[in-house]
Amino acid sequence: MSVLLFTIIVLAGAFLAGLLGSLTGLGGGVIIIPLLTLALGVDIHYAIGASIISVIATSSGSAAAYVKEGITNIRIGMFLEIATTISAVLGAVITVYINPDYIAVLFGAILLFSAAMMVRKKVDHSEESSAGVLANFFKLNGSYPTAEGTVKYGVHNVAGGFLMMFVAGIISGLLGIGSGALKVVAMDNIMRLPFKVSTTTSNFMMGVTAAASAIVYLHRGQIDPGIAMPVTLGVLCGATVGSKLLVRTKTDKLKVVFAIVVSFLAIQMIYNGLAGKL
Amino acid sequence: MKHTGKHYFADKDIQIILGTLLRVGVIASMTVVFVGALIYLAVHHSDQVDYSKFDPSKSGYSSFYAIAQGLSKLDSRAIIQFGTILLIFTPVTRIVFSIFSFLIERDYLYVLIGLFVLCIILISLSNKLVG
Repeated sequence: MSVLLFTIIVLAGAFLAGLLGSLTGLGGGVIIIPLLTLALGVDIHYAIGASIISVIATSSGSAAAYVKEGITNIRIGMFLEIATTISAVLGAVITVYINPDYIAVLFGAILLFSAAMMVRKKVDHSEESSAGVLANFFKLNGSYPTAEGTVKYGVHNVAGGFLMMFVAGIISGLLGIGSGALKVVAMDNIMRLPFKVSTTTSNFMMGVTAAASAIVYLHRGQIDPGIAMPVTLGVLCGATVGSKLLVRTKTDKLKVVFAIVVSFLAIQMIYNGLAGKL
Repeated sequence: MKHTGKHYFADKDIQIILGTLLRVGVIASMTVVFVGALIYLAVHHSDQVDYSKFDPSKSGYSSFYAIAQGLSKLDSRAIIQFGTILLIFTPVTRIVFSIFSFLIERDYLYVLIGLFVLCIILISLSNKLVG
C-alpha cells in the first residue's frame, strides 16, 4: 500500500472514530485500534502508540469546552493522578513484553465493558455527607454552583477509588486508550462524585495520564509519524465536529447502535487474539 | 472547606485560562504536524508502507536528540514528531500551572502532590525505562 492511500484511509477512519467517539462519549482510541489492526494489518504496538497521541489531543482540545459545562475538582484530579501516572508508566513499560495476542484479548474485553457502560443508565450517587478520614485529610470534598444555589458533595471510599484508578492507568498504559469507562466506575460508583464533577475531572486527568505513557512509547519507537499523523489529525477533527453536533443531536439510539458495532469489533479482537492471528 | 463563592470564581478563572492555554497548545502542535504532513506526503506519497511487524529501530525519531537533528535537516517525519512532542507536553503545562495555583493558595500538601506527579512524568522522560 502506498503512503498516500494509507494516510487517506487512516485519516477517514480516524475522523469517523473521533466523531462517533465524541457523540457517544466512548473516545476515539477504542475504535481506531481495531481499525488499524484488523482492517489494515498494522502491528498493535504501532496502533497503541498512535492512539495514545489522539487521546492527548482530544482531552486537551476539549478541556476549554468542559470548563464551561462542569466543575473540575483539581484536588481530586491531582490526587488520583498519583495513581494513574505511576500505573500508566508501568503499563507502557510492560506492554511490549506481553504477547500481542493477549493484548488483543484484553483490549476486546475492555471494549465490551466500555460498550456496556455506555448504554447503561447512569445513576448519580452523590450526596453531601462524608465521614471519610482520607477525603477530609486530602481536602477532596467540594461544591459546585447550580441555579438553586451551591451544592456540596462528599467524597466516599477514597482508597477504593484510588485503587480503581491505578487499574485504569495500567489499562491506559497497556492499551493506549483513555480508559474512560474505568474512570467512571472509580469516580461515579466508588467515590460517588456528581456527574458534573466526575466527567470534567476525568477529562482533566486523561491528558496527563496519557502524556506519561506517551513519552515511554516515543522512546521505544512505537510512535511512528506516518501512523500517528493521520490518526491524531483525523480523531481531533472528528471529535471537534462531534462536540458541535452533540448540542443538537439525541444520542440515545446512536449509543445502542454504536454499542453493537463496538461489541462486534471487540469479539473480532478477542477471536483474532485467541487464534493468534495478530 | 473554605470553598466560598469568591474562592470558587478564582478557581473558575484559572480553569478558563488553563482551558484556553491547552487549546492553544493543541492548535499549535497540530499545525506543526499538519505542515510536516504536507511535506511528508509531497516527498513520500508513492513509497510503500509496511507496519505489519513492530520494529523499534524503524521510526528513527525516538529520542529528543534524533528529532532535533532531523528538524535541522527539515525532515518531514521529524517535523511531525516534533509536533507530537509539543502535544505531549501540553497537558504537562497544566500540572505546572496547578502547582503554582496551589502555591498561591498556600496549600503545601497539594504543591507536594503536584510535584510528585510531575516527577513521575520526568522519570518517564528517561529512556532507561525502555529496555
